[in-house]
Amino acid sequence: MSASSSRVAVTGLGTVNPLGGDVATTWQAALAGTSTARTLDNDWAERYGLPVNFACQVPIDPLEHLSRPEAKKLDPSGHLSMIAAREAWADAGAPEVDTARMAVVVGTGIGGVWTILDQWDLVKEKGARRVNPFTVPMLMANSSSAHIEIDLGARGGAHTPVSACASGAEAVAYGLDMIRSGRMDVVVVGGTESCVHPLPIAAFANIRALSKRNDDPEHASRPYDRDRDGFVLGEGAAILVLESEEHAKARGARIYSYVAGRGMASDAHHISAPSIDGQSRAIREAVTDAGLSPEDILHVNAHGTSTPLGDIGELNAVSLALEGKTDQLVVTSTKSMTGHLLGGAGALESVFSVLAAHHRIVPPTINIENLDPEVSMSIANGAPVELPQGDLAVLNNAFGFGGHDIAVVFTSA
Amino acid sequence: MAHTEDEILAGLAEIVNEETGVEVADVQADKSFTDDLDIDSISMMTIVVNAEEKFEVRIPDEEVKNLVTVGDAVKYIAGAQA
Repeated sequence: MSASSSRVAVTGLGTVNPLGGDVATTWQAALAGTSTARTLDNDWAERYGLPVNFACQVPIDPLEHLSRPEAKKLDPSGHLSMIAAREAWADAGAPEVDTARMAVVVGTGIGGVWTILDQWDLVKEKGARRVNPFTVPMLMANSSSAHIEIDLGARGGAHTPVSACASGAEAVAYGLDMIRSGRMDVVVVGGTESCVHPLPIAAFANIRALSKRNDDPEHASRPYDRDRDGFVLGEGAAILVLESEEHAKARGARIYSYVAGRGMASDAHHISAPSIDGQSRAIREAVTDAGLSPEDILHVNAHGTSTPLGDIGELNAVSLALEGKTDQLVVTSTKSMTGHLLGGAGALESVFSVLAAHHRIVPPTINIENLDPEVSMSIANGAPVELPQGDLAVLNNAFGFGGHDIAVVFTSA
Repeated sequence: MAHTEDEILAGLAEIVNEETGVEVADVQADKSFTDDLDIDSISMMTIVVNAEEKFEVRIPDEEVKNLVTVGDAVKYIAGAQA
């Protein structure tokens, strides 16, 4: 197999996330600047002393989109990724392909956390006999990539990047490499997470990562605002169909945009604190890999989780990587609307990046009341920003606990 | 209170439908779980555990391999009640 010189096209998109149960609904809600954070509809705060009682949850019932038997064999994170994968594949035209040259790369931050905890509850309440025999295939981190590979009939490989909040972006980066290497024609990539459960909320709160704005959840996710106090937990999945340009054009597929480059780095620094060095190296590599110059990047969909240190550190990393050439670009953090999808985040933000390049418009960052004076770049503050005609390059940046740094560049079709 | 064989068949059909999506009407006494209903061994275990709870019986793992047809399962559960 020889390396392909063909570009890599994005030909299908799918998502279930707090803004919507499909791509069209999501994009409309994103451009409208919709907040999705709500007080949780349960008594966890009183019952367990949970310090945070709000999150961004998906607005659909996944069980209405799957048959009961298939839903029973999937973790909630698998429900979301399966629905998104089917949407993306249909959106790509559900093409007949050489299935030996088709792969799946779908990451997750944690995996089947609901299954693990629910089944443990069952052991304690009813005994070991009641444990669902499907527990292992439901809880394993590769559950989503495996179930999607089976559902779509992909025989070229199924892979699962697990790099915390960079997992979804890492899946896109690996998909790009797999097609470029000439091994694959089509790779279905993405990420998923579903962990709005008392244990992860307690754990993220205790590591001081979550906003505690319990009295005003709708305005809690406020990247770049002076008074931001942490991220808001979200849930959801996003899937993209990547395809060699040659393959896509041969079948007359609609091309949303191209995946033009990727950069990957690790911080060798700290298990939870991000590093400007690692992020900037990943971003620089992605831009170079795309064959572009710093001034070509017109939009950054930032990781921007709304944590006090993370947001400014990331902008500094962007500036360092682009050699200070940032006057031309518009930054947004769609997490202001969706909350933080953890392993799904980099995939959903790749979908937003693709749509921004395709429709030439940047979705807004909402909830900025007082822009942090340390923000040195133009933010799509409160309203969408139009992008110019002509060649367009968009950067999606992601990083995660462990010091995983991933950057992906998308270009207009 | 013991269930009749008809009640057990009806209850089993509901469980099979719930766990595997096989139509209730297709779950007949003469049907083989694997050959006719296409139920794999893991799904069979979920059916067994649900049947144990529903009919308040115990079906040991070594018995499960003898339950080839739906009728075999109905008879076993009927006999295990008492």
